[in-house]
Amino acid sequence: MAAIIRKELADYFNSIRFLVLFILVVATSGYGLFAAYSGIRQALLESGAVTGHGFVFLPLFTSGEGNFTLVFFIVLLVPIIGIALGFDAINSERSGGTLSRLLSQPVYRDSVINGKFLAGIVTLTLMVVTTLLLVSGYGLRMIGVPPTAEEIIRLFIYIVLIVIYGAFWMGLAMLFSVVTRKVATSLLITIAIWLIFFLWTLMGPALTGTIAQSAEGQLNLMRISPLYLFSEATTVLLVPAYRLGLMTMTAGELSYAVPNPLSLGQSLLTIWPHLVSLVCLSVICFAISYVLFMRQEIRAT
Amino acid sequence: MTENLTVETQDLTKSYDGVTVVDRLNLNIMENEVFGLLGPNGAGKTTTILMLMGLTEPASGIARICGFNPTREPLEVKRIVGYLPEEVGFYDGLTAGENLRFIAELNNISRADSSRRIDEVLEMVGLTGEKDMVVSKFSRGMRQRLGIADVLIKSPRVIFLDEPTSGLDPKGINQLLDLIASLPGMGTTVLLSSHQLYQVQRVCHSVGILSKGKMVIEGAIDKLGRDALAGGHYMIEVETAGPDAELVDILKKIKGTIEVEARGNVLRVSTDADLRAEIAKAVVQSGAPLVQMKVQEFSLDDIYMKYFKES
Repeated sequence: MAAIIRKELADYFNSIRFLVLFILVVATSGYGLFAAYSGIRQALLESGAVTGHGFVFLPLFTSGEGNFTLVFFIVLLVPIIGIALGFDAINSERSGGTLSRLLSQPVYRDSVINGKFLAGIVTLTLMVVTTLLLVSGYGLRMIGVPPTAEEIIRLFIYIVLIVIYGAFWMGLAMLFSVVTRKVATSLLITIAIWLIFFLWTLMGPALTGTIAQSAEGQLNLMRISPLYLFSEATTVLLVPAYRLGLMTMTAGELSYAVPNPLSLGQSLLTIWPHLVSLVCLSVICFAISYVLFMRQEIRAT
Repeated sequence: MTENLTVETQDLTKSYDGVTVVDRLNLNIMENEVFGLLGPNGAGKTTTILMLMGLTEPASGIARICGFNPTREPLEVKRIVGYLPEEVGFYDGLTAGENLRFIAELNNISRADSSRRIDEVLEMVGLTGEKDMVVSKFSRGMRQRLGIADVLIKSPRVIFLDEPTSGLDPKGINQLLDLIASLPGMGTTVLLSSHQLYQVQRVCHSVGILSKGKMVIEGAIDKLGRDALAGGHYMIEVETAGPDAELVDILKKIKGTIEVEARGNVLRVSTDADLRAEIAKAVVQSGAPLVQMKVQEFSLDDIYMKYFKES
């Protein structure tokens, strides 16, 4: 399997696709920094960080003009990277005639799909880490305040979260690359799914308001979309003062809430269901494509 | 089970959606022979090869390759078998050498060995100069040759070639056939699927003709021809300057002669065995000038057409 991973990685790094994605990563980092530049002062004032409470470094990632923050860009960008890495994993081999040649070598069939998935994860992780390091580095120059240990841990968990989220999209794209024979079809289908979930995130609050009976129900409907699930988890992780309850609690209940940042343990406890759901989604996608691929007929043409 | 059978199948059957593609196939290929699998399109040639490789599961029946069952022990089979699919594909972004190295790595050939093997097999197929060329620039014929190199790199004991000559120019075909013919000498058994009868006849020791998933006939080519077209007899044509009835009588008296038929200057003698020496002696002794004499060779075309006319 090591040979397959090595070859897939070499393929990714030498391809034009990787160059495009890399430009996308740099651009995202740039936009994120710009957003932080224009919004961080306000964010720090509001959170009370200037008076010594709360976090100074994390708002680099979460502050900006309204929705346009780095974390929002990542919610949108990571699916694109995941799809770009997985949409032609199997069917390009099939249409190129290399699949039957590959499978007539003494390798287990699952090594092929496992190798591709792992190589994709490695590439994805590299891109995510690059983005966050770029922003951290330039941000550090900009604000001049180094991150605390807790902030570093939170960022690290954030990276894990992003990789799982990206793995879900890659798994989904791979699933369709197993199912469909044409590369264009699998790409279109996964992009369509991404768009549907994205629109759901944008228009969901208005739509679900009319369907759901309660605020709780509305929130559950919104969480159907992995994009929403991920962005909610991101907010809890990177804005420790944020409470999930803000959406569902009444004004009376809210008045009891202490407006101070959650501890790391509590933040993790809050996003645990999100994390589990995202892991499950990734595993389900990968498992289905795995099973389908293992049982698929390998014809030369 | 005989010791020197390399490929052996018993009642191998495969059906797709209720249509039987390969029907109780019994195939026996001896060690170090070139076996031609013939048949029209859709006869089940590719499916048979895929089953032998363990890439497709048979519905029933078993196959054995050097004693391994491809369904149960696919890795053992794939370690000793090289397979060239009909539409061979390579990673277009990589060079010929890199493509081969990847396959060598998958076969656990060490890095030092693989460099040597790559040069060897490229030399064998005549692509030494193109080692560092990107495969996307290769012509159809070069790809086919690289495909052969790719199959040979793991030094296989058995090779399955699915329509290896399709898309090659006459010179390329000749080179490829020469290469195939030289493989048994290196201890490799070849199964060649094709419908290019002339090519099969040139390199194959024995053939099997498939029709609708069934083996219609199997055996050595010359024997097949005699069985199919001459009722199992040899057909010897004797051309003399002026044949007469006396000569016909003399020939008929030779032991083993079954029938003599005169057509102008040519006498067609059908016999039980190759009696050319006896016939020549008899003709010369009779005083008639012998111009030429030959055993009629049966082309695979004739055999093939006969079987497909019948079925």
